[in-house]
Amino acid sequence: MTLTARDKQLRGESRWGTAALGIVTWLVAALFFFPIFWMVLNSFKTELDANTTPKLLFEPTLDRWQAVTETIPGLLSFSEAFYNSFLIVIVSTVLVLVLAIPAAYALSIYPIGNWRDALFFFISTKFLPIVAAILPLWIIARELGLLNTHLVLIILYTAMNLPLAVWMLNSFFREVPRELIEAAQMDGTGLYGQIKDVMLPIVAPGVAATALLCFIFAWNEFFLAVQLNPVEGSTVPVWVSTNVTTRGMFMAKLSAASTLAILPVVIAGWVAQKRMIRGLSMGAVK
Amino acid sequence: MAEVTYREATRIYPGTEQPAVDRLNLTIDDGEFLVLVGPSGSGKSTALRMLAGLEACDEGTIHIGDRDVTLVQPKDRDVAMVFQSYALYPHMSVAQNIGFPLKQQKVPKAEREKQVREAARILDLEEYLDRKPKHLSGGQRQRVAMGRAIVRHPQVFLMDEPLSNLDAKLRVQTRAELADLQARLGVTTVYVTHDQVEAMTMGHRVAILDYGVMQQCDTPGELYRHPENLFVAGFIGSPAMNIIPTDVDGDAVVFGSMRIPMDPAVAAAAAKSGGAGLQIGIRPQGLVLGDEGVPTEVVVVEELGSETFVFADIEHLGERLRIRIRVDADYAVARGDKTHVNVLGPVHVFGTDGLRLKTAEEQAG
Repeated sequence: MTLTARDKQLRGESRWGTAALGIVTWLVAALFFFPIFWMVLNSFKTELDANTTPKLLFEPTLDRWQAVTETIPGLLSFSEAFYNSFLIVIVSTVLVLVLAIPAAYALSIYPIGNWRDALFFFISTKFLPIVAAILPLWIIARELGLLNTHLVLIILYTAMNLPLAVWMLNSFFREVPRELIEAAQMDGTGLYGQIKDVMLPIVAPGVAATALLCFIFAWNEFFLAVQLNPVEGSTVPVWVSTNVTTRGMFMAKLSAASTLAILPVVIAGWVAQKRMIRGLSMGAVK
Repeated sequence: MAEVTYREATRIYPGTEQPAVDRLNLTIDDGEFLVLVGPSGSGKSTALRMLAGLEACDEGTIHIGDRDVTLVQPKDRDVAMVFQSYALYPHMSVAQNIGFPLKQQKVPKAEREKQVREAARILDLEEYLDRKPKHLSGGQRQRVAMGRAIVRHPQVFLMDEPLSNLDAKLRVQTRAELADLQARLGVTTVYVTHDQVEAMTMGHRVAILDYGVMQQCDTPGELYRHPENLFVAGFIGSPAMNIIPTDVDGDAVVFGSMRIPMDPAVAAAAAKSGGAGLQIGIRPQGLVLGDEGVPTEVVVVEELGSETFVFADIEHLGERLRIRIRVDADYAVARGDKTHVNVLGPVHVFGTDGLRLKTAEEQAG
């Protein structure tokens, strides 16, 4: 909607005030974006350029990109790490949705007496710092023979994201008028049909936003991956960290690895941007 | 199509003590259009939702035809419902919305499309079949909701205030269309409304509820002429009946300076109660302004064009009492006029328990 001068006057907006707000917004955005910009820039530099006084003008090189994507026998390679990450993250995200959708549906549409407490219990599992649970987790994983497997991370990432997904989906489902579900019941749908044909198509943006957040959290997870699955079967964040060396300079190479690591999330975020904003703001206005 | 029977049907919402619907006994005949009416909180919607299967029946039973459906799931009851909000699926087109129940019944696609087109033809929706609900007007949405109900050929239609979201003019038009459609299809219909005009104009019979208890169920004419109690008397008719506390004077009741003779049976019943706490009910149409009767002063004049309602004060039992009187549209009357009000009747007499005292004729019949 374009506003006329009178519209703005009516809202108490002055031209200078709007301009100043615009400048502040751009400054804040630049502040957030700068480290990423610098990282991408560094990845095209030589190690020497990256480690000396910051400079904007330099001779770009793909040398570090080549180095970072090279396969060295015995070390976690770029392609393995990406394969592992995609496998673990996608399977865990699908599992989260498969478990969270019925749970959220039950909590929102057929709530039990103390549904608020149940919901709080879900989210309270996130209160414990993961470091406090790592030893028992490690022992359990070892006893079950799950150390250094994909499965251990799939299980843990599913468990890690499940409370958030139930919480989010529950609030999206609550936005759907109860009468729609009742109409579906009257029209002869069973529980499965109510979810598949009525609820999910309506809250699709919310489900997309939830899935994307789960994807991002699982993709970026480092601590569990490095503790429970640090060798060949490991994920992208662990692979990024392998580019940190104790000898020599690694800033440019690390930047190239980090740039690669954030690419899937950026692409997924970009693709889902519109849906995600709609999803996250669902319920903000009627 | 089938008869519907509520037997001692009771609903008590968890955490409450007062039943939302209290031992409802009601039989709705095959093909009948029955309206449940009452103020908000009267339990009319709950009674409908119990029949739909959306609310449990805590005590008693509900039958559709010969089948006891008390514990049957909504999807297996063979009833269709139109909601107040229409509850159209926003992600589906009009055709998909109407065809949705058929799809659930696994009706083949070709047959489904044929039936959707037929329903759309009946409801004049053919040109909107590809539109989404958000691109329809309120009246069109209402018709889509109807389409979704009729396409199934259910045994019973349930309608929960389906016209309350329409503007006044469209409501009157749709009211007539709905009544016509129901008559053509001949399907047993239970219709909930809080609007007594809607109830009176549409229903073959009207059941009036208050605080979960059915007050009376009868034809609109009978409810108007012979209300069982004070609640029905005050609820049915617009503007409402004048309900006036009164005294007994021999075989007559007091109305201002007038003495209105009672039917012998009514007088006997009134005498039994000692005459205290009696009330009389006279409709605005049962009073007339003129040169005879109780002296009165006009306070407010409401002209409706076709008729006029006058609010006037009389001296009654030593106090000022405001009453409503209907007069013809061309009757000249203005605020401050000092005139007289006379009683044309009928005059209903209500006992201390709020029940109307029956005349000898009614008692015999």
